[in-house]
Amino acid sequence: MTGTKSARIYLNTFNNSATQQLSNGSIPMQHTHIKANQAWWKIDWREILDYRDLLFMLVLRDLTSVYKQTILGPLWFVIQPLITSVVFTIIFGTVAKVPTDGIPQFIFYMSGTVFWNYFQGCMTHSASSLGSNTSLMTKVYFPRLIIPLSGAMSNLAYFGLNLIMFFGFYFYFLFFTTATMHPQVNLIFLPFLVLQCALLGIGIGLWVAAMTIKYRDLRFALPFLISIWMYATPIVYPASLVVNPAMRLVLCMNPMTFIVESVRFLLTGTGTVTLTCAMLSIGMTIFFLVTGLFLFNRAQRTFVDMI
Amino acid sequence: MTTPTISILNLSKVYNLGAINRHTLVDEAQYLWHRLRGRNPNQHMAPIAQDHTLPHKNAPLLAKADRFWALKDVSFDVSPGEIVGIIGPNGSGKSTLLKILTRITEPTSGDAFINGRVASLLEVGTGFHPELTGRENVFMNGTILGMKKKEIAKKFDEIVAFSEIEKFIDTPVKRYSSGMYVRLAFAVAAHLNPDILLVDEVLAVGDASFQKRCIGKLEETAAGGRTILFVSHNLHAVVALCRSVVWLDHGRVRMIGPAREVVARYTQEAIGQSTASAFEGKWQSDIRWEGLQIRNATGDETEVFDINDDILIEIDLAQKTLVQPVRLVLRIRTADDEVVALCTSNWNDPSASLPIEACHRKLRCRLRGNTLNTGTYRVSVGVDRPRGAVLSELINIKSFQVIQTTDHGGGIFGQLDSILSPLQPWETVWQKPLTDNAKGSL
Repeated sequence: MTGTKSARIYLNTFNNSATQQLSNGSIPMQHTHIKANQAWWKIDWREILDYRDLLFMLVLRDLTSVYKQTILGPLWFVIQPLITSVVFTIIFGTVAKVPTDGIPQFIFYMSGTVFWNYFQGCMTHSASSLGSNTSLMTKVYFPRLIIPLSGAMSNLAYFGLNLIMFFGFYFYFLFFTTATMHPQVNLIFLPFLVLQCALLGIGIGLWVAAMTIKYRDLRFALPFLISIWMYATPIVYPASLVVNPAMRLVLCMNPMTFIVESVRFLLTGTGTVTLTCAMLSIGMTIFFLVTGLFLFNRAQRTFVDMI
Repeated sequence: MTTPTISILNLSKVYNLGAINRHTLVDEAQYLWHRLRGRNPNQHMAPIAQDHTLPHKNAPLLAKADRFWALKDVSFDVSPGEIVGIIGPNGSGKSTLLKILTRITEPTSGDAFINGRVASLLEVGTGFHPELTGRENVFMNGTILGMKKKEIAKKFDEIVAFSEIEKFIDTPVKRYSSGMYVRLAFAVAAHLNPDILLVDEVLAVGDASFQKRCIGKLEETAAGGRTILFVSHNLHAVVALCRSVVWLDHGRVRMIGPAREVVARYTQEAIGQSTASAFEGKWQSDIRWEGLQIRNATGDETEVFDINDDILIEIDLAQKTLVQPVRLVLRIRTADDEVVALCTSNWNDPSASLPIEACHRKLRCRLRGNTLNTGTYRVSVGVDRPRGAVLSELINIKSFQVIQTTDHGGGIFGQLDSILSPLQPWETVWQKPLTDNAKGSL
């Protein structure tokens, strides 16, 4: 200890003459205190705000780099859900004859698919945020939360394109066919459902990201967990098909049920939305988001040492 | 006393060796079970790796031997505008220190206080996306390194001009040559404007001219009042660039002081370890090496010389009776293994060689000052027959540094752009005043 102490004094006196005024203009001096075991519940939101340009660049990178050197380019964003909806209509609608509560089958399946895709996009992007950017994260520091956030935003862009396509079909079925759909006044709440979808996706994704550092198994389990989850969500069947009250509660335990059914209800006037279901879904979204943020925040501090 | 820009207090970082996680579900369940019962789980669990050297099967999960202190109680301060070098052998904790200061990872204990915006040059080209164009990557890379988009836009032309790839700026970087890639990446990094710049071995990449530009840019940055922490194995660059140096050894601070002193002690020790075995008195083809010292003109042993200093290399050897005269050969190599000088003991007089009778003997070769340029040089000695076989040779047995404390007025930080900088006489042969009508033409 004495050695380091004298060294410190040495350096201080040695450099007194060399002190120069930092010419950083109007930017206020930044103070950082690096210490061990930073509190897991402390998330530096202001820092994330400071890095908003990086967030923007990452979103731009996601959007522009994915479909470079493809002929159809961003059209792929709408082709995927379109084809999925067509396939669902044929298999579950025409072949299996699953009821759709009187909603035009195509609209029924597409509404579910578009929202599910957004949820899944946010979730997988957050889940892989630490794993797929290791080379970056072992070299530079930036608030790690930027990556899941950028995923939610770039997926929002895809979602927007999908929604435009969806509304095209929706208005066609509404005005040019005999289908009976009753859009609700509450449709203005649709953006809240989109937000909930994103927050839930990020929350679950952050959980997965934090856990994947220690348990790589999750990387293999995630894809089929997602597809199981999809079939546990009333996307290819209406919630009204589940009549057993116990089973209905189980269905409500899935926070995506409320979102998908509410979307359908707001658009067509048909859908099973109960207060219990809504409370459960919103409660779980908040729970997963908050705990996911903390878990992720704790995991990101030293994950570089673990990979 | 000024507030230090970086203040490091008892910083430590421990790594667990071997497997990091509890590996199987069973382990994990056991671990949780013991935690739930409020016991120390490590005491009840089988060791993760079945290491037979462990005393018994139920050895603690993380025995003390499995822990590796990459940093242990490191403390020092860096004042504003200072360039501090960090040296030390591989695994001494240099990179770990930078990783903690850049917040890539977190210390196990201790504190560091940083006043100002930090940017690191840990590796150039971080975050380049192959599908994006040069232009897009400049913005991408810049924001990753912590710049604002506005700042990058303002400096964009400057960055592109520095990289010299104006023509290809709208081409995806996957089509770039590796040289273009590095140039662009460095151009971005060089135009960062942080208060504190952390540099780790960037000088190891790229060709000589690129390295020079790196150093030049660092000098410029430092001149602007920025603080730089410079981690390098290139001692020559450290001495040239840094005023003070921190020497890390096994995660601890070994010495802090003026660059020249610390580097000299460091090289002395590094060389001492590697050469001790070379003089252990083995006969090689009738020759036995007994010692080699590098001294300055006053006779003191040292490893660091000013460019003006004479360098005395003294060789002790013993020889048995030889059948044929031999000569002593001294080779001076650069750090890149290029032989820059070859001095033989029969240079002036081809007939003058070592006598053939058995004896101990000490020879001295004087390398005159103002011959070698600044840099690190390694010394090899050998005995051979003129135009004949090598009897015995010790390769790269010692090294010394030539540094420059006075300005010769050339190149970057006064460094001359050559391996040798021999002092050669100049004289004005004649000079006369310009005639009237020639005066105006300039």
